[in-house]
Amino acid sequence: MKPVHFDPYLPIIGVVGLIVIWYLAVWYQIVDPVLLPSPVDTFRALWNGLAGGRLGFDFMRTLERTILAILIAAAIAIPLGIALGASERVYRSVEFVVDFFRSTPASAMFPLFLVLFGVGDKTKISVAAFGAALVILFNVAYGVMNARKTRLLAAKVMGASRIRVLTDVMLLESLPQTFVGLRNGVSLALVIVVVAEMFIGSTDGLGQRVFEAQQLFAMPDMYAAIFAAGGLGYGLNLMFLLVERQFVHWSGK
Amino acid sequence: MGWESPVARAHEARASRSDAGEVPAVTVRGLTKRFPDAVVYDRFDLDIPRGKLVSIFGPNGCGKSTLINMITGLIPIDAGEILFDGRPLRDIKFGYVFQNYREALFPWLRAIDNIQYPLKLMKLPKAKRRTRTERMVAGLGVKIDLNRYPYELSGGQQQLVSIMRALVVEPQILFLDEPFSALDYEMTLFVRDQLQRIFVETGTTTVLVSHDLEEAVYLADRILLLSRRPATIADYVHYDAARPRSDATLSQHDFVRVKAHCLEIFQREVRKG
Repeated sequence: MKPVHFDPYLPIIGVVGLIVIWYLAVWYQIVDPVLLPSPVDTFRALWNGLAGGRLGFDFMRTLERTILAILIAAAIAIPLGIALGASERVYRSVEFVVDFFRSTPASAMFPLFLVLFGVGDKTKISVAAFGAALVILFNVAYGVMNARKTRLLAAKVMGASRIRVLTDVMLLESLPQTFVGLRNGVSLALVIVVVAEMFIGSTDGLGQRVFEAQQLFAMPDMYAAIFAAGGLGYGLNLMFLLVERQFVHWSGK
Repeated sequence: MGWESPVARAHEARASRSDAGEVPAVTVRGLTKRFPDAVVYDRFDLDIPRGKLVSIFGPNGCGKSTLINMITGLIPIDAGEILFDGRPLRDIKFGYVFQNYREALFPWLRAIDNIQYPLKLMKLPKAKRRTRTERMVAGLGVKIDLNRYPYELSGGQQQLVSIMRALVVEPQILFLDEPFSALDYEMTLFVRDQLQRIFVETGTTTVLVSHDLEEAVYLADRILLLSRRPATIADYVHYDAARPRSDATLSQHDFVRVKAHCLEIFQREVRKG
């Protein structure tokens, strides 16, 4: 008898289980059917919405804002993080400030950014970029500071200058941690963008879609938009993981 | 040939100059180093003979690694002078092999690029880097797939890559800081004999910090026995058995006697603490 390997299919169990429970809840009317539409209705709304419907457009708008936010955040935070991490004294002198704002809910910054940038896309993107940048900054600096000391010494003992040690060793050493920062940053950016779309005079985006569907009591549409947002978050995370595996092949080895 | 009576004591460093045919490759004079809590070296003198393999052995924390780290400029010294054939460190090429090969190699570079990295620092053109590396690898007869990344190699192979990275610049002197400590026994034997072969073939002056007396004696021409802090030369023992040495060497009378003598000195130094 050859043992059958079910292990790769294990994740399916959770998905199927959730849908079965959902079906049963609808079937036996455990939850008010107005609040919880059937899976079929929901997935039909999701399919129709994404395939040429309004939901697809909103999905792309949210994706666009999140990507822009993470690009801006990375462009600012990575060089800054390297500069901070390369000098422990510089890092220690700003550590508290970074930590403080990292702990401040980015949503509390909305009013301030509204004053600065108005009610357009700029505000949503810049608040998301602000939140993500602090996460990335912290991780990059941490990655640079925690570069293996032996590796730095090895480069030094072979005659590498300080600049060479930075470019040839520290930067590459910090890459795994940088990717941790990017993945956390993109998740946070998505949260902020979706919240901003709900409440800051938005006419499109997944946040707005969820909010509007709820206002109209279009429950299948609302659940569809929630799933679309979930898919977006999961997809972004997965994308960064794949890129990381490609570029940081040595991570964890 | 054979083992010489260990008459020499603390004045050995100066006495070694009179040893026939031993031209010092490194001369350490008046070396002083203080850590916040202790004086590690106090006006320490040492000669490292050219073309020999010197093992450094001593009680825990006496400053074995600190010594080679100061000689190679990784740790600043408080006072004293270290010269290589009369010249300062920056004028010579040397190789350094770390105990922790996993952290010393660059995991983002293939083994071959790790080995070539010091040549890149020397700004050698790419073609030259490659021919020089290939020549060395062929000369050493190393059978490792160097197109792999370090983490795809065994520990012993990784340490061998580290050693080749140190050798590729054709150093005047090679330093190894407990190169076998992170390896299992099988790998230790493998790398140990590779190191001996490399030494026989290149004749590079080699300084090996060791925490294993058997390995220290087995590989060495001279065994430098250090005392507790502040470190002084407890003895600087000759061991002249022919190379290549093998497992049979370990049971030879000479080997057993030198090792027993070193152990006695070591025990005496340990008890002093």
